[in-house]
Formats: sequence, C-alpha cells, structure tokens
Amino acid sequence: MATQSQGHYFVPNPSLYPFILSAGLLVMAAGFIFSVNESVPGHSAGSWMMLGGLGVILAMIFLWLGKVIAESQGGHYKTWEDKSFRWGMMAFIASEVAFFAAFFGALFYMRVISVPELAGFDPEFTPYKDFLGAWPSAGPGGVVLGTEYTTAQFTPMGAWGIPAINTLILLTSGATVTWAHWGLLKNKRSQLVMGLFLTVVLGLLFIALQAYEYHHAYNELGLTLQAGAYGSTFFMLTGFHGFHVTLGTIMLIVILLRSMKGHFSPEHHFGFEGVAWYWHFVDVVWLGLFVFVYWL
Amino acid sequence: MSYTTTAHHDAHEDHPSGIMRWLTTTNHKDIGTMYLIFALIMFMVGGSMIMLVRAELFQPGMQLVQPEFFNQLIGVHALIMIFMALMPAATGFANWMLPLQIGAPDMALPRLNNWGFWLLPPAAILLTLPYILALFGIGDGAIATGWTFYAPLSVQGGIGVDFAIFAVHLLGISSVMGSINVIVTIFNMRAPGMTLMKMPMFAWGWLITAFLLIATIPVLAGAVTMLLTDRHFGTHFFDAAGGGDPIMFQHLFWFFGHPEVYILLLPVWGFMPQILQTFARKPMYGYKVQVYSLWAIGALSVVVWAHHFFTVGMPVPALLYFMYSTMAISIPLAVLFYCWIATIWRGSMSFETPMLFAVGWIILFGIGGLTGLVLADVAADAQYHHTYFVVAHFHYTLFAGGIMGIMAGVYYWLPKMTGHMYNEKLGKLHFWLTAISFNLTFIPQFFLGLAGMPRRIPDYALQFSEFNMISSIAAFVLGAAQLLFVYNIISCARGGKKATDQVWEGAQGLEWTLPSPPPYHSFTEQPVVK
Amino acid sequence: MVMQWIKKTGMFLVLAFASFAVNAEYAWNFPKPVTPMALDTLHVHNKFMLITMILFVVVLAIMIYSIVNHRKSRNYQAATFTGPRTRPQVLWTLVPFAILLYIDFILMGIPAYHSVVMMEDTKNNADMVIKVNGSQWRWSYEYMDGDAQGIKFVSNLTTPQEQITNEAEKGEHYLLEVDNPLVLPVDKKVRILLTASDVIHNWWVPAFGASRDAIPGFLRETWVKVEEEGTYRGQCKELCGKGHGYMPVVVKAVPQEEFDVWVADQKQQMAANTAGADKEWTKDELMALGKDVYTKNCAVCHQVSGAGLPPAFPALTGSKLVAEPNLDSDGKLLKDSHLDRVLNGKGVMPAWKATLSDSDIAAVVTYERNALGNAVGDVLQPAQVKALR
Ligand code: HEA
Ligand code: HEA
Ligand code: HEC
Ligand code: CUA
Ligand SMILES: [Cu+2]
Repeated sequence: MATQSQGHYFVPNPSLYPFILSAGLLVMAAGFIFSVNESVPGHSAGSWMMLGGLGVILAMIFLWLGKVIAESQGGHYKTWEDKSFRWGMMAFIASEVAFFAAFFGALFYMRVISVPELAGFDPEFTPYKDFLGAWPSAGPGGVVLGTEYTTAQFTPMGAWGIPAINTLILLTSGATVTWAHWGLLKNKRSQLVMGLFLTVVLGLLFIALQAYEYHHAYNELGLTLQAGAYGSTFFMLTGFHGFHVTLGTIMLIVILLRSMKGHFSPEHHFGFEGVAWYWHFVDVVWLGLFVFVYWL
Repeated sequence: MSYTTTAHHDAHEDHPSGIMRWLTTTNHKDIGTMYLIFALIMFMVGGSMIMLVRAELFQPGMQLVQPEFFNQLIGVHALIMIFMALMPAATGFANWMLPLQIGAPDMALPRLNNWGFWLLPPAAILLTLPYILALFGIGDGAIATGWTFYAPLSVQGGIGVDFAIFAVHLLGISSVMGSINVIVTIFNMRAPGMTLMKMPMFAWGWLITAFLLIATIPVLAGAVTMLLTDRHFGTHFFDAAGGGDPIMFQHLFWFFGHPEVYILLLPVWGFMPQILQTFARKPMYGYKVQVYSLWAIGALSVVVWAHHFFTVGMPVPALLYFMYSTMAISIPLAVLFYCWIATIWRGSMSFETPMLFAVGWIILFGIGGLTGLVLADVAADAQYHHTYFVVAHFHYTLFAGGIMGIMAGVYYWLPKMTGHMYNEKLGKLHFWLTAISFNLTFIPQFFLGLAGMPRRIPDYALQFSEFNMISSIAAFVLGAAQLLFVYNIISCARGGKKATDQVWEGAQGLEWTLPSPPPYHSFTEQPVVK
Repeated sequence: MVMQWIKKTGMFLVLAFASFAVNAEYAWNFPKPVTPMALDTLHVHNKFMLITMILFVVVLAIMIYSIVNHRKSRNYQAATFTGPRTRPQVLWTLVPFAILLYIDFILMGIPAYHSVVMMEDTKNNADMVIKVNGSQWRWSYEYMDGDAQGIKFVSNLTTPQEQITNEAEKGEHYLLEVDNPLVLPVDKKVRILLTASDVIHNWWVPAFGASRDAIPGFLRETWVKVEEEGTYRGQCKELCGKGHGYMPVVVKAVPQEEFDVWVADQKQQMAANTAGADKEWTKDELMALGKDVYTKNCAVCHQVSGAGLPPAFPALTGSKLVAEPNLDSDGKLLKDSHLDRVLNGKGVMPAWKATLSDSDIAAVVTYERNALGNAVGDVLQPAQVKALR
C-alpha cells in the first residue's frame, strides 16, 4: 500500500459545521424527550425544540456536503484522499450492518427462544397457561389475558403481494445503478443520467408501496407497532429499512443532479460510488427482510 | 528500525485563534488535546460522584442521600468513567500519537474527527442535565438503573432514562466516527515503508479497538432504541406479555458490553509495551505474538458475552459454552503478560514515573485478570455475581488496568506534547499514593463480596461495617491523590524544564524524531521508513 | 527508597491475597455452607483462589527479581533478545501455556462442569415445590404441593424507619429481618420456582449457594436442601429500584415435626381468614387492619403520611381518584377507580390482587379513604372484594 511517498495530503480548513451539527443534535434529542414525556413540565415546547434542532441538522448537512462537493470540484481530492473516503465508507457501512444485526438478532431471539419458552412453561405455574408458541405471535398477553392486555388480534403480512413486488423493484434498481456506473466509466453521460434517473424512480416507487403497505397493515390487518413480538419486529425492521431507503433515495437524487451538472469523471467519482455502495447495502438488507420477516 | 526524516516544519500556523481555534479545528493534535482535557474533566466529575457514594457507605444507615439518588449516582458514575473518561482519553492519544507514530500528515478525515469530539460535550450534557432539571421540578433525576439499563427497570424509569438513551446515541456516533478515522488513517496514511507488521503496537491495539467498536456500538444503539420504543411507543421487545424477553436486553447489552471492556484496554495494551521497552532499554519481546494475541482477544471477546448473567437461568449447554469460552480469553492474555514481563527481563531498567505506573499496572491488572478468571466459573459466580467481589474485580481492571494505564501514557507523552518535563517527584508521589490507596479501597471490597454484600445498595447490614469504613477512607485518599495529577499536568503545560526531542533515553519510534512539542503540521512530507 | 516501597507493597499484596485461600475463617470467605450446593461452591472457590494465588505469586516473584536486579542504577547491561530463537527455547516458552490450558480446562474446568450440572438439577428427587414471587420491594412465597399446599404469604422488611435514618439504635439483624420468613424442613430437597411481577429481582441466600433471577412473565428455578437447622439471611441481588437494598430474604430451616406444626397453624389461620372475608366488618376493625397493611405495604412509596413523593409516587392525601366511588350500582368494579388501582396496579404501582387477601384489600382501601387526611366516609367490605375475584 504505502510504499512510495504520496505527496501532499489535503487537510480541510477549520470548520464550524461539526460543532453546530452537534448542538443541533443536542437540541433535537432534548426536544424529542420532552415531547414524548407528557407528564413533564415543558412537554409542550418539546416538538418545537425538536423541529428547531432538526432544521439546524439539515442545514449543517447541506452546507457540509456542499463544501465537500466544492472541494471535490476544486480538485483538492486526489487518489490518496479518494482512498480515505473509500475506506471510510466501507467502515461506515459495516457499522450499519451491525445496527441491523441488532434488530435481526431480536427477531431471531423472539422466534427461536422467548416465544417458544413462554409457551413451554409448566401450565401449573405460569400465568400464560394455554399460549401456543407459534410464529407469527403477539405473545401470550394477546391470546390469554384478553381482558387485561389490549394487544389486538392481527393478520400477519403475506410475502407474495407488495413485498415480492418491492423485492423486484429493489433488485432492478440495483441493476440500474450498476448500468449507470458503466455509463460513467465509459464516459457515456446520457447512460449515467438515465440509469440514475431510473434508480431514483424505482426508489420512490418502493417508498410509496411501503407506505401503502403500512396503511393497509394499520387499517385492515390490525397489525400495529403494539402487536406484540411480531408487530414490534415487523415495524422496527421494515421501518428502519424504509428510513435508509429514503436516505438513499435522497442521496441518489443529489448525485443525479450532480451528474446532470457534469460532475464526476471516469477516474474520479467517489461521490457516485459511495451512494451506489450504500444503495446495494440497502438492497441486501431488504433481501434479509424479505426472507426472514415476510416469507419464512 | 531506522528512519530518514524529511519533516519540514512550517513556520506559519494558519488557524483562527482563541475559542474559535478549538471549535473549528481540523488538526489532529488540537483535537487530541481536547479529547484528553475533556477526559480529565469528566474523570473528576465521575470521581466526585462516587466520593459521595463512598461517603454514604462510610457507615450503615442513610446519612447523605436518598436511595433513588444513590442509584442515579452509581449509574452515572459508571457511564461517565467508561464513556467519557476512559474512552475519550484513549481516543485523545490516538489522535495525538497515531499520525506521529506512523508518519502521517494528519488523521485521514479531519473534519469528521472534529465532529467526533464535539459530539461528546452534548452527550455529557444529556447525561447530567436531568440532575439539574430535577432541581426545577422537571422529572425525577438521572438514570437510576445502573450503567446496564436492564429492562424492565429501565422501561419503568423516569425521564433520566430517555436522556441517557440519547447520550448513548451521541457517544455511539462519536465512537463510530473516531473508529472510522483510526481505521482509515492506519490503512491509508502510513509512511512509505511502514508496513503493517512494522507499526508500533499502539496502532495495532487501536486498530482492533476500532473494529470492535464498529461491530458492537451499533448493537448497543439498537438495544437502547428498542428500549425507547418499549418505553414510549408500545413495542414489546422486553415484555413477556407480547412475547418479548427482558433477558434479550441483557444479551444485546452485553454483546456490546463485554467487547467494550477490551475496547477500553486494547489501546493501553498497545502503548504499554512501548513504555516498557523504553525504560528497559531493550527491544519489545514477541512483537508478532503480541499482535496475534490482540487479534485473538478481539475475536474471542464477541463470543463470550453471557458470562455477565449466568444467574438468569440459561440451559446447561449455554452455561458451559460461555464458561469455557470465557476461560479461553485467559490464554492470549497470559501471552501478553508473558511478553510484557519478558520485555523488562534482563533489561536495564530505570524507574521514572511512566515506568512506575507501567510496572504497577502489570501487577494490579494481573489481580483484576485473575479474579476475572475465577468469575468465569458458573457455579462460583452464583455467589460472586452482583456482589462487591465483582465491583473489586472490575475496578482492578478498569481503574488499575484502564485509568492507571492511561496515566502511564500521560506521563510518558506529556513532555512530547507540551515540550516541558513534568515534576518527577510529584509524579512519583502521585503513583505511590494512588497505588496504595487504590489497593486499600478495593481489597476490602473483595472480602465484602465474599461475605455477601450485594452491589448497588445504599445501606447495608452491620457485619459489613468495618470493611466499608476502610474502603471509604482509602477512597478519599485516592481521590485527593488525583489532585496531584491535575496539578502536575497543569504546571507542566505552563512551563518547566525544556524537553529534548527524544525525551527518554531509550525511546524508539517516529514520534520521538520530531521536536517537543511537534510543529502544528507534523509530517507535511512523509518520512521514509527503511 | 523506591525499592523498599516496592518490597513493602509487594508483601502487602501477597499477604492480603494469601488470606483469601489460606484463611479458613468464614468472616474472610463465603458464609458457612449449609446446602450441598453451597459446600460444592465453597470448595470450587477455595481451589480456584489457591490456583490464582500461586499464579500470582510466581509471576510476581519473577517480576520482583527482575526489578531488583535488572536496573540501570546497578549498571546491568540490557540484553537484546526479542523472542525465543532456538528450538528448546521455543519449547520452553510453550510450557507455561500448556500449564495454563491444563489449569483452565482440566483443573478448573472439570470440577466446574460437575458443579454446573448439580446446580441445574432442580427437578430430580425434589420433595417439595415452592413458588417465589419478587415484587417491588418484597418477596412472597407460595407452597405448591404436599400438606402445605395453598399456604401463601408476603414477607416484608421489618427494620423500623428510625433505625435506617439513624434515629434509633440499629438491631442485630438490621435490614436482614422480615415479618414472615420462609419456613422449610431440613434435609428435604426443595425445588424453588421464581417469577416476578414488575422488574427483575434475584433471590439469594449466601449460605445456600443458590442465586437465581426472578423475571417477570418467565419462570426460573433453583433448589435448596438445607442440612442444618437455623435462620439464614440473604437479600435481593438484582437492582430493582429504590427499595433494592430493602428486600431481604429470611429462611427458617426447622425439623420436619416442627414444620408440620407450622403448616397446621398456617392452615388454621387461612380458614379463619376466609371466614373473615364473609363476615360483616365494622369500620374500626377495617381501619385498624388497614393501617397495619398500609404501613407494611404502601408506605414505602406513598409515605406514612400519604403525601407520596411526587412526581414519582402520587400523594394519596387529597387524591381525586381516591374520592371517586369504587363500584357501580351492580357491584361491578369501575375502571380507574381506587379499588381498581389497588387490585390491578398501573405502571410502577403494583397489582395487589395476588399478594393481599380480601380482608387486607378491603381494609387498606377503607383506611386510605378515611385516614391520611381523606374523609370519603364509605367502607369497603371484604365480601365485596371477594365477589370481584
Ligand atoms: C477493562 C475491563 C475488564 C477486563 C479486562 C476484564 C477481564 C475479564 N473479566 Fe471482567 N468485568 C468488567 C471489566 C473487565 N473484565 C466489568 C466492568 C464487569 C462488571 C460489569 C457490571 O456488571 O457492571 C466485569 C464482570 C465480569 C464477569 C461477570 C461477573 C458477574 O457479574 O457475575 C465475569 C465473569 O466471567 C468477568 C470475567 C472476566 C474475565 C475472564 C476476564 C479476562 O479477560 C481476564 C484475563 C486475564 C488473566 C486471566 C490474567 C492472566 C495473567 C496471568 C496468568 C499472570 C498474572 C499475574 C501477575 C502479573 C502478577 N468479568
Ligand atoms: C473506568 C471506570 C471506573 C473508574 C475509573 C472508577 C473509579 C472509582 N470507582 Fe467505580 N464503578 C465503575 C467504573 C469505574 N469506577 C463501574 C462500571 C461501576 C458499576 C456501576 C453500576 O453498578 O452500574 C462502578 C461502581 C462503583 C462502586 C459500587 C457502587 C455500588 O454498587 O453501589 C463503587 C463503590 O465503592 C465505586 C468506587 C469507585 C472509586 C472509589 C473510584 C475512584 O478510583 C475514583 C477516584 C477519582 C476521583 C475521586 C476524582 C478525582 C478527584 C477529585 C475530583 C478531587 C475531589 C476528591 C475528593 C472530594 C476526595 N465504583
Ligand atoms: C412501588 C411503589 C408503590 C407501592 C408499594 C404502592 N404504590 Fe400505589 N402507586 C404507585 C405509583 C407509581 C402510582 C401512580 C400510578 C399511575 O397513575 O401511573 C400509584 C397510585 C396509587 C393510587 C392512585 C393514586 C392517584 O391519585 O392516582 C392508589 C389509590 C394507590 N396507589 C394505592 C396503593 C396502596 C393501597 C398500596 C399498598 C397496598 C400501594 N399503593 C402501594 C406506587 C406504589
Ligand atoms: Cu428486588 Cu433488588
Ligand atoms: Cu465480560
């Protein structure tokens, strides 16, 4: 790797953005806490604080990334800097994988360990006497102690409707980004722009279908966040995934606009690749979701 | 190793002055300094909290605080000491020394680096704000569940839990950003000729730490997020009535929590052999084997987590697996001990303060490690678990292994960082006072635990009185001794005998080829390592 | 100077640690074991302590030798080796690790295996079964089979508040004393089932070597076989909120005959209690019992005066909820009424349905409505509570 001297490394000028960004996070977190604790004085101000913090955060991200793009266009980033970004992006995606692993872990734990265990206790002693430990489950409270717990009965989400379509959409979008990348490598700008445009459209379609699915779950299936083990894992996993797809789509839109402005060259396009990697990562997580949340 | 240094030293330092310098800096040394100062301040804060606890435990009966407040004190003490004293101190060293040691111009992602630091003060504010809010009648104080957040106690808890959850989120982002920076710096910024297997041990320690952080911190973030939704949005992750399980929280927490204890110590295991070799004037023993052992510890650390809750009633095969895998960690650690001792064996030792701390550290951390080995035994752990025996074990590893290790590093590098020598007499006094009062504080706690005193209780039965009294008195001495440390650092920063470039007679490595203090931009041209 | 310090602290450490293994006095070690499990645990512990002691002393001795001799001030010339070079040297370095492997997995590993198996063998040859429930902050016990089946009671801390706040002399069993200890016959294997109603607790008696979590919604088990008569004391070992330090476990181990007498006694009291639930109580009787129940069970949170500790624990004095009626005209329980809150709990407020008897509940509700600065005026009869079950 580092065998010959690589010349001058670009160290950015001092910047106030990170500091303000952190302050924004502080305000948003505090606001959120006030807004979810009804009994606490100051509750009513919570939502406003949260919005204010969010505004600061968005502004800072916008400015910060804008500066990065400007530095990139200004030719400050050469091969050496580029490599740093690649390593950095990989490490970041690895941490995202670990984050999803926690929620998948929770899903497996409940399916394999806690739900069967609750069903398996000696009925003489357990409060949950005739609970069947089958999956999908809202847990014993939803079945036995119907008067004390208000867990609704629900219908689980089938795999072969919208989820299957969404799988196809995401897989296709993975292909379109790659196609766009080929266009960039061959310096065919129209293929690049077209590929990215298609990817963005597919991403938006996915989000729309997902939103429809949630609507359907809440209004027709009785499947809510409160619906025990199944509802909790279903919405947390698909929800965080959907959030990541949304982020990914926004980033895709940004690089689409940049491509249209003529940014990126066949040699230098970390911005493009970072987003593409992220998009593939979101894709792979979805496959895991499709198999373990919807299908099996 | 030999080096040809071509560092040319810029005369101009183009950065804003005053407070803006620190808010906006992208310079690895400035950021490292901020991390270290932050860590020192938080060490004082966390220590002062536990002084109040020790005062309450001085004798049976409730004297100073209410039980609820007592619980808040211990949990916040632990969170502060671990996340805001020990971890930032290690990150501070990484920022200061990694680029110098591997011949890099700076950290690889300087702006991100700045953000990594500036996430910490908001986290500290979030963690401690509930204390202040409670004074104004808002909420009922800080998190009172201990540092482990166990559900359902934390589901039931007040607003302090929410603040702690978000504090952990910010700390997590900060650690991940710091780790990304370290990984990228090590992989991409090494000087020509500095192959991985020529890197200083400190870089290895930190590299593995960074990997562990990236693999486990997000899991903690996920766990506390589930806690948040259980608290406020009606999910049932940790509630049997919905098919969830409180024990699942413990699995998730300790999947992070156990690697965390090695995250805290790996950087120390990195620079400690460097200190030993410097003052023994003899090359490090078994470099390669040490690197492999560090990797082995890193790998094993993520598969042994359940030894923290042997008493929850796991199936026998699970108990046996976690017991034997935990014991297996003693092998690579014993290798490290072997190498450390072999490094000083037949050296030509002198005992300046860093070396005193280093040698004391081997012995005291040895006690922590050996008691850990005993805890790994499932049957005996039923007795030790959640007693003061465990408290003593982890202060031998965290305070002796962690904080005293960091102190060795501070004395070792302070002359390099400030350009002045610290007061050697005061340093030695600090060491002896710390080592002796530390043992007097925590050895009685081993016996308390054996006799059956549970941890996290504000008041205790009469048979525990004497040992608690000894422990408290010694703890006050231990606390007071740290004032010497602070005084020594401040006076060293403000002036004193000029330090030479090499500082220590036996010091080896790139950082000692630069002037003390090093110029603002360390290696604008990378040195070539042969 | 430095040398002497090192020697002294070294000696100190060795001595301090030596007392672990060598000192057989129980004040310096686990309490005297009275069950097979505790005895086994003590043996395992002593053995491990001895092993780690030896490791520590050996390593420390090597270090001290090196520190004394290999110093610059003695003009010792530093060697330059960085690892074993010849084959014998390599083999030599492997010896300590072979020993360590042996220690870990044979010397410590095998006895540990047997202990674990013994510890988890809760069901085989069990003579009786008890169910233990942990709640904030008291234990309750229920006998599940045999003659004693059906006996159940709550076990509360009896240490007076004045002792805790240092206004009175502390008694011998300060913080480790309860009103109703668990009574067990000696030499019988007792299977103990554990669960909890709010947060995780841990049922622990050091002299038994048994320690197991009580987890809400789940069942866990352990066992004891007490081999010596006596009263044994322990406490909750899992942080469970502000009363965690005030949740003792007291177990009285008695000979079988004595146990039988105790069982007969309890049964009689239970019969009296059910009879009591059906009779008409006077307000004074209810108030007297109610005060007793209140101070034992409710005052930890709502305080003796009824002022509570807002915002965590609401005041009962002047509480709107307490002033509302409990039952509708058909005798049905009204939702979110005073009685509903006491029976079923809410959030941190425990549900008392399973722990308190009909008369206790009727009495404490009546008491709260007519004392603590409240004057609602009505009384609740045990029979009315019984009808709701
Ligand atoms: C940095 C911190 C750190 C480190 C390094 C360790 C190291 C180890 N720990 Fe510890 N531990 C904690 C911090 C740490 N621990 C904390 C914070 C807790 C409590 C958390 C809580 O509940 O709040 C805890 C709790 C804890 C428990 C749970 C106890 C309980 O709650 O019931 C267990 C059980 O197995 C355990 C085991 C071990 C083991 C086997 C090691 C091994 O890694 C040790 C290996 C080392 C050796 C075996 C030494 C080898 C040395 C020699 C052979 C020679 C030595 C002699 C001389 C030099 C003189 N630890
Ligand atoms: C890095 C980690 C770290 C460090 C450095 C320490 C440092 C200390 N710890 Fe801590 N501790 C933990 C990690 C740590 N601890 C953890 C993880 C827990 C478990 C919490 C839980 O149960 O959830 C714990 C719990 C814990 C307990 C158990 C509480 C309980 O269970 O009820 C005790 C009791 O003695 C204790 C004592 C001390 C003492 C005396 C120090 C001393 O070393 C501190 C010395 C430092 C200072 C005192 C500050 C500097 C001096 C000044 C500011 C001057 C002012 C001084 C005076 C007024 C005298 N700690
Ligand atoms: C663990 C602490 C605790 C104990 C012990 C406890 N309570 Fe409570 N109690 C609470 C809390 C917390 C609430 C508030 C519940 C809510 O509304 O969320 C409460 C609410 C109440 C209320 C309703 C008050 C109102 O104005 O809303 C009544 C009545 C009450 N408790 C009676 C009792 C009785 C009777 C006992 C004893 C038999 C008892 N409590 C024991 C914690 C406790
Ligand atoms: Cu119950 Cu601690
Ligand atoms: Cu551990």
